[in-house]
Amino acid sequence: MSKPKMFEKPSGVRDYLPEAVTKLRYIERQALNCMSRWGYEQIVTPTMEFYDTVGMASSTSDHKLFKLLNQRGTAMVLRSDMTAPIARVVSSLLYEESLPIRLSYHANVFRSMEEEAGREAEFYQTGAELVGDASPEADAEVIALSIACLQSTGIERFKVAIGHHGFLQGLFGYTLPDREADQQRLMQLLVARDVVGYRELIRTLPIEQEQMERLEAVLQLQGGRRIVEEARALVDEPHARLSLFHLERVWEVLEAYGVSDHLMLDLTLVGDFSYYTGTIFEGYSAELGFPVMSGGRYDNLLQQFGRPAPATGFALKTTRMLDAIRVRELVAVQPSILVQYDAARRVEALAEATRLRTAGERVVTRRVDDVSQLVEVHRLEDAVKLGNGPVFKDVITFVQFVTEHG
Amino acid sequence: MQDWHNYLKVAMPKGRIYKQASALFRAAGLSVPEDEDQSRKLIIDIPEARMQFIMAKPVDVPTYVEYGVADIGIVGKDVLMEENKDVYELLDLGIARCRMSVIGLPEWKPATHPRVATKYPNVASQYFRERGQQVEVIKLNGSIELAPLIGLADRIVDMVETGTTLRENGLIELQEMFGITSRLIANRVSYRMKNETIQQLCDQLQTYIAIKQ
Repeated sequence: MSKPKMFEKPSGVRDYLPEAVTKLRYIERQALNCMSRWGYEQIVTPTMEFYDTVGMASSTSDHKLFKLLNQRGTAMVLRSDMTAPIARVVSSLLYEESLPIRLSYHANVFRSMEEEAGREAEFYQTGAELVGDASPEADAEVIALSIACLQSTGIERFKVAIGHHGFLQGLFGYTLPDREADQQRLMQLLVARDVVGYRELIRTLPIEQEQMERLEAVLQLQGGRRIVEEARALVDEPHARLSLFHLERVWEVLEAYGVSDHLMLDLTLVGDFSYYTGTIFEGYSAELGFPVMSGGRYDNLLQQFGRPAPATGFALKTTRMLDAIRVRELVAVQPSILVQYDAARRVEALAEATRLRTAGERVVTRRVDDVSQLVEVHRLEDAVKLGNGPVFKDVITFVQFVTEHG
Repeated sequence: MQDWHNYLKVAMPKGRIYKQASALFRAAGLSVPEDEDQSRKLIIDIPEARMQFIMAKPVDVPTYVEYGVADIGIVGKDVLMEENKDVYELLDLGIARCRMSVIGLPEWKPATHPRVATKYPNVASQYFRERGQQVEVIKLNGSIELAPLIGLADRIVDMVETGTTLRENGLIELQEMFGITSRLIANRVSYRMKNETIQQLCDQLQTYIAIKQ
């Protein structure tokens, strides 16, 4: 590779200019406040972790982890999600705290760039984890919370699809007993969203017509609550039965939360992360081509850190939500006051600036040395702008030299 | 738009596939134009079918769909395999049927440093890698058949529909790699947000595809 130009930056990382930061902070604040109202406390963890601990536990595939060596030659990673670090903290620093534990975060995470659109190497996530509660109530709580967070940021047209990891496993185990490899291949095709390939593979399997139809029918299991009944009729196997029972309870609780309008069941939904064990969900906004939120239950992750406990959580894809939110309607930019002064009246001017700032005003100060540099009060209607700076609603002048209008 | 969730933006491939795709849509009861718009319009509104066609270069269709500027799209499996985009592949439309093949001169013998010219470098490299063959893949943008004739490459990987072009240039298919048809693809979000509309369209098309086969 040739030497980068001075202003170049690595691919997949981004600078955020003031307008974007205003939005980003707005989303972050709204979501974190929302989580706080649900009893979730914010946590901050290091950007860097050991490869052998958090790196291994994270579900990001090895080639997508950013790895580096510290001065002793130990392999480190830049965190690729917040779930594994939180599992580490809950199992160590918070070991004495009794479960359930509710934690929230806003953090940048790193994944070496993938080819798919909209993927970045560094991006922000705002999320919540509920550790120590395996009940449908807990699943419903984090889903309802994720919906409340989306609403709090001003996203209106959205849907959350809910599925269950155990259902597909049960179905595959039931229809393809002792055919592990084929089960894996079918799962891989669903992960790749290749419905055509899934159908084609079923037809080539040496199984009875009835089982083929079962495997094909799962593709239709998308919709409202009735899907649970349809799925039950499709397969009678302990894993699947348990999953459906659990999903139905989750749905009931979500109905009680009054959010079922935003929900759909999708039993073909496969989580992006390998550590998911139960209920999984994904949120979509009509304004965006990519999911804005994803989450699920991961009951086996904490035992890797020595404190076996069920857990569930979600992350808002904060960076992506930037494009879905019209910030002008949400956060009015506060106009500023310009205080201009010359050397002789500096003390007076800066004291006034301090007084105004204490009173909550936004104040920008500017030293002027002669009349030509003064911003004139009567030209304020022309939306006085200095460079790309803020819009001024008022100008206060402290100068000793005589002004044309003064 | 009040009924945004049952209005579909469709990325349609300009050229060869359009005619067959539109015929399929019409057979399934959707009144879409038979020919590509003569006015060279890039966006065609079809309120009767509750659709808007975005006329795209075939190779770009998956990109429009992945970014969600189109809800669904129609594209050849060859493009899908080459581009590797994150989209749902929902339906095999069974149209624009052809195959991807390894092609060479009839007297072809394995070369010491085999070179393969193709419009599909990803598909070609993967194919040979999976078979443990080391080849140098050369990306060309057109007239692929030239490569073995003038010694740029000893073989090519390309789509074969009737084989006429091959025969006229004295080339033969050495191996058939896989069959290709056009697919209906969907954006990840649209697939969920407009689930019923897309599912309904799939069912409509599926019924007709099944009859035809």
